[in-house]
Amino acid sequence: MPTLTYRDALNQALREEMARDDRVFLMGEEVGLYQGAYKVSRGLLDEFGPMRVVDTPITELGFAGVGVGAAMTGLRPVIEFMTWNFALLAIDQLVNGAAKLRYMSGGQVAVPIVFRGPGGAALQLAAQHSQAFESYYAHVPGLKVVAPATPADAKGLLKAAIRDDDPVVFIEGEMLYNTKGEVPEGEVVTPIGRADVKRAGGDVTLVCHSKTVGTCLRAAEQLAEQGIQAEVLDLRTIRPLDVAAILASVEKTHRCVVAEEGWPFAGVGAQVVDEIQRAIFDELDAPVLRVTGADVPMPYNRHLEKLAKVDAAKVVAAARKVLYLE
Amino acid sequence: MTTTVHAPLADAVTPEQAATWKRWLRQMLLIRRFEEKAGEAYSLGRIGGFCHLYIGQEAVAVGTISCLRPDDHITCSYREHGQALARGISARAVMAELFGKAAGCSRGKGGSMHLFDASLGFWGGHGIVGGHIPLTTGMAFAIKYRKGDQVAACFFGEAAVNNGAFHEALNMAALWKLPAIYICENNRYGMGTALERASAVYDISERAQSYDMAKEAVDGQDLLAVRDAMGRAVARARAEHLPTLLEVRTYRFMGHSMSDPIHGHYRTREEVEEQRARDPIALWAQRLVADGILTDGEVKVMDAEVVAEVEDSYAFADAAPDPEPDELYTDVYAPRA
Repeated sequence: MPTLTYRDALNQALREEMARDDRVFLMGEEVGLYQGAYKVSRGLLDEFGPMRVVDTPITELGFAGVGVGAAMTGLRPVIEFMTWNFALLAIDQLVNGAAKLRYMSGGQVAVPIVFRGPGGAALQLAAQHSQAFESYYAHVPGLKVVAPATPADAKGLLKAAIRDDDPVVFIEGEMLYNTKGEVPEGEVVTPIGRADVKRAGGDVTLVCHSKTVGTCLRAAEQLAEQGIQAEVLDLRTIRPLDVAAILASVEKTHRCVVAEEGWPFAGVGAQVVDEIQRAIFDELDAPVLRVTGADVPMPYNRHLEKLAKVDAAKVVAAARKVLYLE
Repeated sequence: MTTTVHAPLADAVTPEQAATWKRWLRQMLLIRRFEEKAGEAYSLGRIGGFCHLYIGQEAVAVGTISCLRPDDHITCSYREHGQALARGISARAVMAELFGKAAGCSRGKGGSMHLFDASLGFWGGHGIVGGHIPLTTGMAFAIKYRKGDQVAACFFGEAAVNNGAFHEALNMAALWKLPAIYICENNRYGMGTALERASAVYDISERAQSYDMAKEAVDGQDLLAVRDAMGRAVARARAEHLPTLLEVRTYRFMGHSMSDPIHGHYRTREEVEEQRARDPIALWAQRLVADGILTDGEVKVMDAEVVAEVEDSYAFADAAPDPEPDELYTDVYAPRA
């Protein structure tokens, strides 16, 4: 199986879907001539031309709305936000437009569109460029929210998102673009809404997605050295949430830690905890703990930034706590 | 502003032409009587939520939409009952939607501000000021993408031009040479804020210069003037794939919504009365009568027919069933294949 970077896996997915379906086009800032701010769209302008790989002005609200209008009338746009931070300018088009048009029209209007781009913190980009938006969009009925952790999932889920008949918020990990992994060749479409066990274990479940999957896998290694077998459950999709997979794992381990980059208040983990306590309260041997980004705007200073971020040590500490080892 | 000196209609009349002129009058009358009934139903509590009436602006919807083809696209703001009727959504389907009934054009899930009929290319009333303008740019983009010759028309009020969505949408339409027509219904007030208190530029059509876009300003109470200007914009979009900003100067005879005053702190009774003297329907009816196309008696008969159609829509909406409770959870996502 070939090894690809996360970036190139996304590029493959775009190329394959654009070749397969001429209704699919890519639009956003610097996606064409510049080959993409993060090079996800490298080579696509040459291959598909400027009508299908469309450079836009810096006008997030505007081109998000252009995508929604094009989708309403039968195209399948992929709208790239240079980062999800900038997409706040466009959130009306996602929440009041894309998410609601099917419902408000009594089912007459479909909005098959993908909004994609990098989310989460990178390194010392400070408060306005370092944030995780999964829970914002997952709050909204009508949207699907996908956040892949590996190159294989990035490819398979982007292909699924492009084929989906609903608007999909596709949040890539800014720090994941250079990571490598095996990606199956050819037609791989990973279903939206299915979590994936990235490491099996029977002592504690680590629920995670996107960048925190790597964090939890590292934590699981450290826990294994201490004789603790952690199961790493990658949500992959935040909405619809794979509740069955979460419950199945926690029923086995009876202990759970949820890790996410985002802020704690009303975060993704809050929903996961609620699903667990409602369904299988009696299966729990300890309260579910959450490891999240610190509840502050991201500081610039690198020492403070490190304190604000989720890391393996914090996950290990939480896991030991639910095992009553500390 | 384009002002039009009209030749007598009778100079050019053919039976087909006369029938068309009468149809436009009937459409405007239908909108007027429909809105009067909607206002009444709102006051009786039969219609909930917000209800923004179109009374006074009828010549805009009829004059512009009568220039479009069935395969063209339309998006509107939340003051869109008139456009929906002018596009051919039945009075029954619109009234039933205002009543929130399953037989409504959005199956009771949209209401007054969200009228849809995809089969007519009527892509909704939208409730966020200016938020729908980029959708029209996107529809025009899709037309160009497919090498089609349709046009995408967008209706919004003059207050929307001060928001970013307007600027972003028009800039891209001009940049990419898209077949879009941005119809600014300048009714002088964004709710209770006069144009002059909200916009640094009073001539809205001048805004097109920011985008090197074709522009026109036209008297919105003059049906033929609206049609002429819209006809030029449609030709420009269809043949040259170029956008237009069309400012149609009209007047809102009623308050912003049913719960707002017609006059008060923000405008005087005298101003409203002065504007009502230029009622677009009366102006058109008078021309048809003066030029011998219709008699006063025939206008009255037409009005009575329209009133009957509206009464029928009311009775229909009143008797129609509510959506079933399980409709609550349908149409959130696409049905599973």
